[in-house]
Amino acid sequence: MKYVDEYRDGKLARAIAETIRAEADPAKTYHFMEFCGGHTHAISRYGLEDLLPANVRMIHGPGCPVCVLPIGRIDEAIELAKNPKVTLLTYADLMRVPGSKGQSLIKAKAAGSDIRMIYSTLDALRIAEENPDREVVFFAIGFETTTPPTAVAIKTAEKKGLANFSIFCNHVLTPSAIRAILEAPKTGKLPPVKIQGFIGPAHVSVVIGSKPYQAFVEEFGQRIVVSGFEPLDVMQSVLMLVRQVNEGRAAVENQYIRAVTPEGNLAAQKLVDEVFDLRDRFEWRGLGYMDHSALKLRDAYARFDAEKRFDVPRIQASDNPACECGVILTGAKQPADCKLFGTVCTPETPMGSCMVSSEGACAAHWTYGRFRDKTKKNQDERRIAS
Amino acid sequence: MCLAIPALVSELLPDDMAKVSLDGVTKEISLAMVEDVAVGDYVIIHVGYALSKIDAEEAEKTLALLAEAGALAAEAAR
Amino acid sequence: MNDVEKPRLRHRKMDIKTGRVDLSHGSGGRAMAQLIGEIFHEAFANEYLAQGNDQATFAAPAATGGRMVMTTDGYVVSPLFFPGGDIGSLAVHGTINDVAMGGARPVALSASFIIEEGFPLADLKRIADSMGRAAREAGVPIVTGDTKVVERGKADGVFISTAGIGVVADGLELGGHLARPGDKVIVSGSIGDHGVAIMSSRENLTFDTAVLSDSAALHGLTAAMIAANGPALRLMRDPTRGGLAATLNEVANQSKVGIRIEEDRLPIKAEVAAACEFLGLDPLNVANEGKLIAVVAAEAAETILAAMRAHPLGKDAAIIGEVIEDDQYFVQMTTAFGGGRIVDWLSGEQLPRIC
Repeated sequence: MKYVDEYRDGKLARAIAETIRAEADPAKTYHFMEFCGGHTHAISRYGLEDLLPANVRMIHGPGCPVCVLPIGRIDEAIELAKNPKVTLLTYADLMRVPGSKGQSLIKAKAAGSDIRMIYSTLDALRIAEENPDREVVFFAIGFETTTPPTAVAIKTAEKKGLANFSIFCNHVLTPSAIRAILEAPKTGKLPPVKIQGFIGPAHVSVVIGSKPYQAFVEEFGQRIVVSGFEPLDVMQSVLMLVRQVNEGRAAVENQYIRAVTPEGNLAAQKLVDEVFDLRDRFEWRGLGYMDHSALKLRDAYARFDAEKRFDVPRIQASDNPACECGVILTGAKQPADCKLFGTVCTPETPMGSCMVSSEGACAAHWTYGRFRDKTKKNQDERRIAS
Repeated sequence: MCLAIPALVSELLPDDMAKVSLDGVTKEISLAMVEDVAVGDYVIIHVGYALSKIDAEEAEKTLALLAEAGALAAEAAR
Repeated sequence: MNDVEKPRLRHRKMDIKTGRVDLSHGSGGRAMAQLIGEIFHEAFANEYLAQGNDQATFAAPAATGGRMVMTTDGYVVSPLFFPGGDIGSLAVHGTINDVAMGGARPVALSASFIIEEGFPLADLKRIADSMGRAAREAGVPIVTGDTKVVERGKADGVFISTAGIGVVADGLELGGHLARPGDKVIVSGSIGDHGVAIMSSRENLTFDTAVLSDSAALHGLTAAMIAANGPALRLMRDPTRGGLAATLNEVANQSKVGIRIEEDRLPIKAEVAAACEFLGLDPLNVANEGKLIAVVAAEAAETILAAMRAHPLGKDAAIIGEVIEDDQYFVQMTTAFGGGRIVDWLSGEQLPRIC
C-alpha cells in the first residue's frame, strides 16, 4: 500500500529508535503526550513503547471522541431511538458504549429500537432518502476530522430538501481539550501532569492546520509536533520532540508535511463554519464542563437538530466513583493504576470511558499491552538473552 | 479519532464523488471537501470523504528524513 | 439424478423461477413432499435419501478403530450469497471441517432447514444445488434432513443446521488441551479472506482481483497431515468466527500455555490487508472458513508443513509461532517492528472502527 507501507518499515523503526536512544539525555526524563486516540492505538498496536528508551515515556491524551462523550448523551440517544418513528444511525464505535443502568445502543437494538451502524454520512443520507416515512437521526460525534463530513451531510440534506433527516450533535474541539490539560495546574480542575511536548493529531490537523497550536507555544511554552499516523511518523515525531527539549526550543513543528499545511483545509473549515456554531459550554466525560469546546447547529439549520426536533430529555449521569478515567484521560495516571482495571472494568464490562473505545488508554493497554504488567520480568530477561 | 487511509483516485464520478483504490480494493467516496482532484492523485480518506490530497514531494522529503534519522544511529555505532 | 425416487405427485412441478416458499411447504403434506423432492432430493441425490425414510440407515463405517466423531453447527450468514460461496456451501464445509479437525474422516452429513415464508424458491434451489455440489466434491453425502417453514419475519430468509459424523483412527490423540511449550504453530494459508468477502459486499467495496471467501472442506488436507506424522499433531482447529485471535486464545486457555507469533510470518493477501485498512478491521479478528491452525511437536513441524504445502488447500501454509510457558495464558505477537503486543480475542463481534 503506497504511502502506508513505507511508513511501517520495521527495520527503519529500530534504527530510528537507536537514534532516539543516542540523543535522549540519560540524565533527563522526557514525557510526551500523544493527544489523539488514533496515535494511542498506533503506539499500542505496533508496540512502539518497547522501542523507546526507558526515559522517553508516552502519556495517553483525551483525543478519543467516544471516550469523552458523557454517559448521559448515550442515555439520551437511547431515549431518542425508543421513538418508534426514529431510525438512529451511528458509527460502529458507539454501539457498545455503556450508558447508565447497563444499557447501550447494541442492547437497545436487541430490545427492538431501530438502530443501525453506518460507515459514512453518505450512508445516512441514502437511508433518509430511501425511507421517507422514517425519522432518520444521525448520532454525530468526532473531533475536527469528522465534523466536516457531518457538515456536508447537512448541506446535502438542505439541497435535496430532505424533511426526515436530523443529527444529534456531539462534535467537540481539539484545542479546547489541550487547553484544559495545560491549564490544569492553574485551575486545579484536573491533576497537573508533567508534559514536555505533544504529539499533535494527524487528521484533525489536516483540517484545522498547524497554526492553531501556536497559541500553546506562546501561552504555555509548550512543544507540539504534528505527526502522521503511521508508526514511523510517530517515531520521527518523538525524535523531533526530544531534539526540541535538548536544544531548549519550544515550537510547533509539522512532521506530517505530506498532508498538513499551516492553514489546513480551508474548504472544510468554511463548510463547518457555515453549518455549526459554538456551544457556550459542553460536558466532557472525565474533563468536566468546558466553555466553547463543542459545536451545535446554527439557527438556520435548526430543523436538522434532533435536540430541537424531538423531545430529548436532558439526562445527567455520573461515572462510577471508583473510575479513574478523568485522571487517566489527562495522563496523570496509567490504566494499571486504576483499581477497577482488569477486574471490574474490562472491554466486555467497561466502567468508564477509557475502556469503551479501542483507542482509549485503558482499552489500548488491555488489548495490546497488559501483558507487560505481569510479564515485564520475562520480557526483560528475554531482551537480555537475545 | 483519525482513522484515515491514503488511496489512489482512479476515476472521477458525478456529484463530487470519485472511485479510489488501495492495493486493488476500490471504494466510492466523496470529494466534497477537496478541490482540483485529478485521476492519479492520492487522497486521504476518512469515513467516506477525502480530507486532502497527499503531496508527493513532501512525502518523499519525509521518507528522506526518516532514512536520515535511521542512518544516524548506524553512524554513531561505527 | 435418476437414482432418486421422487415422491409421486399428481400436481404439476413447482414454479421454481418465480414461486415462493409458503406455510404449506412446512406442514408435512403434499406441498412439503414436493419441495423436498424437487429441490433437496434433486440436489443431494444419494442412496440414503433414496431410502425415503426419516432416518438414514447405513453399515458402520469401516474404521481403523472404535471411535467416532460427531459435530453440529448452525448457519445464519448474511448475505446468503457472497463472493466465493453461499450459506449452503458454508454449511457443508463448516461441518465437514469440524469433523476433520478432530482428526476424523467425515462419513455423512445431515441438513435441517428453517425457511421463512416468502423465501424465493429459486434461491432455495440455488442453495440446495450448491450444497449438493459441495457434498459431492467432498465425497461426504447428505444422508438425512428436515424442513420447517416459519412465518414471515421469523427467520432471516433461511437458517441451516448441519450435523456431521466421522471416524477417528486408533492412536490419534488431538485436543485443545494438548499444546505444550516448544510446540510450533502452523496456519494453513492466508487469513481474513472470508470475513472480508462478507463485509465487503456489505460495505460496497469492490476488488480488482476479487477477494473470495475461502470456504472449503479441509478433510483432504487434514488426512495428508495425519499421514505425514499423525502422532506429532497436538491439535487442529479452524479459526472461524473471531478469527485467528479467538482460536489461539482458546487453545492457550485450554492448554494453559502462552503462544507467541510473528506478525511478518502471517500469510495475508494484499487486498485483504487493504480492505481491513479501509474498514478499520484487524485481520487477526476476521473469520476464515477454509483454513486451519495446527499445533505440532517442534521436530515434526517441517515435515507436516511440507505435506500441507503439497496439498492445494495448504500451499500458503506457514509456521507462524510457537507455544511458550506463560501462567497468564497470553497470546503475544512480535510486530513487524520488533515491538510486542498481545493478540486478544474480542468482546463480541468485530465492528469496523472509524477511530
